[in-house]
Amino acid sequence: MKNKIRGWLVSGVLPASALLLGLSLMVPVAAVAQDATAAAAAPEGGKTKDELGKYTLPDGTPTYFIQPDGTIDWYAYSGYRRYHAECHVCHGPDGMGSSYAPALANSLKTMSYEKFMEIVVNGKREVNSSQNQVMPAFGENNNVMCYLDDIYIYLKARADGALDRVRPSKREDKTKAYTANENQCFGRPG
Amino acid sequence: MRKVIAAALMSVAAAYAWPAVANDGLMKIINDPKQWGIQTGDYANTRYSKLDKINAGNVGKMQVAWGFSTGVLRGHEGGPLVIGDIMYVHTPFPNIVYALDLNNEGRIMWKYEPKQDPDVIPVMCCDTVNRGLAYADGTIFLHQADTKLVALDAKTGQEKWSAINGDPKKGETNTATVMPVKDKVIVGISGGEFGVRCHVTAYDMKSGKVSWRAYSMGPDDEMLMDPEKTTVLGKPVGKDSSLKSWEGDQWKIGGGCTWGWYSYDPETNLVYYGSGNPSTWNPSQRPGDNKWSMTIFARDADTGVAKWVYQMTPHDQWDYDGVNEMILTDQQVNGQPRKLLTHFDRNGFGYTLDRVTGELLVAEKFDPAVNWASKIDMDKSSPTFGRPLLVKQYQTLEEDVNTKGICPAALGTKDQQPAAFSPKTNLFYVPTNHVCMDYEPFRVSYTAGQPYVGATLSMFPAPNSHGGMGNFIAWDNTKGKIVWSLPEPFSVWSGALATAGDVVFYGTLEGYLKAVDAKTGKELYKFKTPSGIIGNVTTYEHKGKQYIAVLSGVGGWAGIGLAAGLTDPNAGLGAVGGYAALSNYTNLGGQLTVFAVPD
Repeated sequence: MKNKIRGWLVSGVLPASALLLGLSLMVPVAAVAQDATAAAAAPEGGKTKDELGKYTLPDGTPTYFIQPDGTIDWYAYSGYRRYHAECHVCHGPDGMGSSYAPALANSLKTMSYEKFMEIVVNGKREVNSSQNQVMPAFGENNNVMCYLDDIYIYLKARADGALDRVRPSKREDKTKAYTANENQCFGRPG
Repeated sequence: MRKVIAAALMSVAAAYAWPAVANDGLMKIINDPKQWGIQTGDYANTRYSKLDKINAGNVGKMQVAWGFSTGVLRGHEGGPLVIGDIMYVHTPFPNIVYALDLNNEGRIMWKYEPKQDPDVIPVMCCDTVNRGLAYADGTIFLHQADTKLVALDAKTGQEKWSAINGDPKKGETNTATVMPVKDKVIVGISGGEFGVRCHVTAYDMKSGKVSWRAYSMGPDDEMLMDPEKTTVLGKPVGKDSSLKSWEGDQWKIGGGCTWGWYSYDPETNLVYYGSGNPSTWNPSQRPGDNKWSMTIFARDADTGVAKWVYQMTPHDQWDYDGVNEMILTDQQVNGQPRKLLTHFDRNGFGYTLDRVTGELLVAEKFDPAVNWASKIDMDKSSPTFGRPLLVKQYQTLEEDVNTKGICPAALGTKDQQPAAFSPKTNLFYVPTNHVCMDYEPFRVSYTAGQPYVGATLSMFPAPNSHGGMGNFIAWDNTKGKIVWSLPEPFSVWSGALATAGDVVFYGTLEGYLKAVDAKTGKELYKFKTPSGIIGNVTTYEHKGKQYIAVLSGVGGWAGIGLAAGLTDPNAGLGAVGGYAALSNYTNLGGQLTVFAVPD
């Protein structure tokens, strides 16, 4: 039923948050194990993929990976959802900005991974005669901190023009290792 | 619990013995069309002015008389007050107050700038707007972003007293105006996206001490609900009506915020307002009807005890806050004179109720695009009487499932931007949104003071329509019918004004102030102000001349997404041009523009 409602193939894999509570929500947990990931094309630019499903550049910076058929990596997809839950109310849809917060699809053209982390964790304050911009520190917010790389990767894909202003429809599956990691981050029993 | 209610009832009795006259002063100002004494125009929230020097015949010749920059570049909601020869103008955060001398070309008589911790800015959902000041008994009331309520001497700007209504560190903030009633100031609170359990509080006007506080959910005594005497659709609500509609302790972070407008009927002594969405936006995390979120409340002004309630959207799945204004009118229904309450809800239904009893009379869609419910069940013998009949396809009950094409979007067919009512035409003039959404709820964990949203959504103009994101409509509340509708390229996010001159005014997000014919909707005048208008149109008369005033300054909910432009996922990327970004039309600003017809 889920597949039908979604209108796109989910390969039997469910997104993170359902999984966490999967048992109590009657989610067909068995389906999670059916990893139907198609053999991915080899990543370009020396990108490597770890067991969590995360791609990194040779210098260790997390990055996205989009296959020729449009399939995006799990992190970028997860980042799309987390961005629109936690960041969207200020930074606008698809990282496009609002009348009071910058367009991150633009900011990340130049901002480094380290700087991005630093701002999300500690927040930012620019209050002066011409503007009143304050971003809160998200360092203690699990809904953000457990998905920092996801959000970065999604926004980087937007900034590089690799991802359009659309909901990603095809994606790689979520790995067991990712789920275990996520549970650990929230301090929940795996 | 019983004790509290008993005490509350006793003070009702006391009020009868001691006729409340404390606000005759404000009543006089409200009844004088030359002044604008309350944000909502009058206690009934009609936003109607008896002034007619500017009228359908001459409004076309209107010109800008003067302007004033507020010095702040964020969303400017609300509007100025005019008390005697002084105009009071407010700003978004940092919530500056200006007193302008109308006898001296708007010279600044005094300026008050509160010191607030900027950390409040990011815990305000959707921009740092403020919907304006209130006045009573020589005092200006400012309810700051950080929930500090300040009483200022209207002549000097000196602080008389202040009170703290909430804690921004827990996500409690303010965007609303307050309503002075008799010897009290009625005050709401925001924070539904932060898991705040919201309330309405009455402060003593002289001392700033709390008179009563009524929560939107929780035990009866904390809600000031009387299980036997408080009614819902004519029947007693019963014991623990709120607690029974939540699972576990979820009500403690249940939302139901009270950031909208307030109205008051001196005859019944009832204060009317609506409560907002239940927290979180993920409905699976809060099984039950989540009472009394999404509810119209009628409360006794003296005691706060609820006389009647009506929940419009039980177990909300779409963020359809019930906070929009309650407009009080006396009209004929089926040949009978009725005391009515009309409310245009975010959920897209226009409700007409008997404001004395809470009887539901009319509930119809005020935008044909509304699809989440087929109708409101009006069959009094039905077990679902008064409830929306949901359309399964648009429910969002499953976590991690993206439900597509829900109309309206979370910002509602109408948000707080207030409608107006003209007793000359018996029509309501309603600024609306014409936007739909995809909605995907998912599990979130609660941390005090951190966003507690729990859904991803994307918004787009209503499909298969005129392509724009708004309409300005005229509505017949006794029939539940749209009389005329003007398509707008963007959501109409400005409060309307109706006048005895048979003109209706409203602002647009591109920055136009528009005047249309009250009967036909025909456009009579427009002028493009420096920034998008999300403020409410005001009128006053000074030295024999009528003026129209409005704040420009784009932002608010409308500043999200509209700044970036919305895309219609079904139309493909090629259609984006048709729904181009608002940033191609206007820019940030903060300005008051005042209009008049030249002699």
